[in-house]
Amino acid sequence: MSDNVTAQYKIEIDGLNLFYGQFQALKSVPMSIQERMITALIGPSGCGKSTLLRCLNRMNDLIHGVRVQGSVHLDGIDIYRPAQDVTDLRKRVGMVFQRPNPFPLTVYQNVVYGLRVAGIRHSRSLDEIAERSLRRAWMWDQVKDKLDEPALELPLDQQQRLCIARLLAVQPEVILMDEPCSALDPIATMKVEELMLELKKDYTIIIVTHNMQQAARVSDFTGYMLLGEMIEFSETQVIFTRPTKKLTEDYITGKYG
Amino acid sequence: MALIGEKGVQRILLVTAFSAMSALLLIALFIVNEGVPFMFRYGIQGFLLSSDWDPSSGTFGIFPMIMASLWVTVGALLVGAPLGIAGAVFLSEFAPRPVMRVVKPAIELLAAIPSVVYGFIGVMVLAPLIREVFGGPGLSVLAASIILGIMILPTVISISIDSILAVPQSYREGSLALGATVWQTVHMVTVRAAKSGIIASVILGLGRAIGETMAVIMVAGNAVKIPDSPLDSVRTLTANIALEMSYATGMHREALFATGVVLFVVIIILNTVASVAMRKRAAKK
Ligand SMILES: Nc1ncnc2c1ncn2[C@@H]1O[C@H](COP(=O)(O)OP(=O)(O)OP(=O)(O)O)[C@@H](O)[C@H]1O
Ligand SMILES: [Mg+2]
Repeated sequence: MSDNVTAQYKIEIDGLNLFYGQFQALKSVPMSIQERMITALIGPSGCGKSTLLRCLNRMNDLIHGVRVQGSVHLDGIDIYRPAQDVTDLRKRVGMVFQRPNPFPLTVYQNVVYGLRVAGIRHSRSLDEIAERSLRRAWMWDQVKDKLDEPALELPLDQQQRLCIARLLAVQPEVILMDEPCSALDPIATMKVEELMLELKKDYTIIIVTHNMQQAARVSDFTGYMLLGEMIEFSETQVIFTRPTKKLTEDYITGKYG
Repeated sequence: MALIGEKGVQRILLVTAFSAMSALLLIALFIVNEGVPFMFRYGIQGFLLSSDWDPSSGTFGIFPMIMASLWVTVGALLVGAPLGIAGAVFLSEFAPRPVMRVVKPAIELLAAIPSVVYGFIGVMVLAPLIREVFGGPGLSVLAASIILGIMILPTVISISIDSILAVPQSYREGSLALGATVWQTVHMVTVRAAKSGIIASVILGLGRAIGETMAVIMVAGNAVKIPDSPLDSVRTLTANIALEMSYATGMHREALFATGVVLFVVIIILNTVASVAMRKRAAKK
């Protein structure tokens, strides 16, 4: 595949294999992700959803003994090519983790972390972006008087939205979310889902979830994975109403396992 | 086991623990009992703040020794803390895991080298080198600082590594996922998260440096004077006790015990600060 073809998709994954040492966690996975859409990854525990997600910002590079084959193109450019600047990639493809992981710093320092790291020192622009990002994550009113308090003292759902806010501050193009609601209660979950639908206007979102209702509620496209393979990838409506594969249907209707 | 039974074992352990604790308590009481009355009799201010130490004429001012201990300890801190923290960061965050697993116990083993050996190296190698390069007597604050700085490395490195490794991986991932480099992650997140443990390691190292005697006697030169340059010879509080205890009697002996009380208090304060810092870290998790 040539790098200068005009990209039709935001992200195109092709024949992606990933090995943890001897163990093959992804088996020739294809997936095409459209810009400004929410794409959900579902499947039973251990099927490789997180692994696939972490391929998109090359977080798997951190794990010793990982081997990746195949290609991942972002805007038509292979992110696994040797010349790829990984820190630059991660600024464009941000990630929200399963357990909220704000740094043990103040709320403000958390929001501006990505900017400081990128070399922005000017305090007025930092303040502006911090406020804008917190507003965008719907938490400005809750934390505007607590900017200098430790982020770890916020309630869990605010911690997670703070993690989203600090991501928005660096203005990524793609947001990866690995079960972002699994540590949250139903009301907080609903809020994050609403937030995702709002963010979709500007960002391409890929979410891993165990919760099939959540995938059905928020996503435009859904991929069903099983044992490292992409069994079926299609519009969410299709996956949940008339899947073409028997395996998908079994999982959707709860017959799996 | 069958012979004495569970209850018996318990009782033996209790007795052992109790006797160990009472031995320590007795030693502490003994020192306090010998030293504190003297301090009050002589006058605390005169004892701590006067510069005259002349046992033969009955003047016991330990201010020069306090300053000497201070200089040497701060010197050890300047040498040992940056080296130790940098070493801990390198071993825990940059070196391959197998390397750390070998090097860390090796460094911890350095703590087991008798201090007379460090002192010997100081006398044979370091002091002549300092004399040649900077002039002065060689046996000096500088020599003592360097030797003590090296002696506290095992403490600083080992505890710092433990506290850096205790930083949740999710902090590192969160930082890298925001496009930070490994180095930015280390100094902006990991080291900050491990801060209280690192501080504790340095304070425990300081306690070790203040209390160290043998190596310091060998390399510091032992002149009773307030230092005004790192190249001066000095006598620390510990050295003062060790050098004179063998022939001291009466007031002189009590004055040395009182010196011991001063050391005791300083070290208790340092250790308390260190354990508060560590507890703060444990509470945060
Ligand atoms: N660091 C690793 N080293 C070795 N094997 C790993 C590693 N991480 C994951 N695996 C294995 O790879 C497979 C896929 O793991 P992954 O975490 O991607 O699954 P998942 O679909 O996200 O599961 P879950 O729903 O439980 O989060 C699993 O069998 C897992 O045991
Ligand atoms: Mg997972």
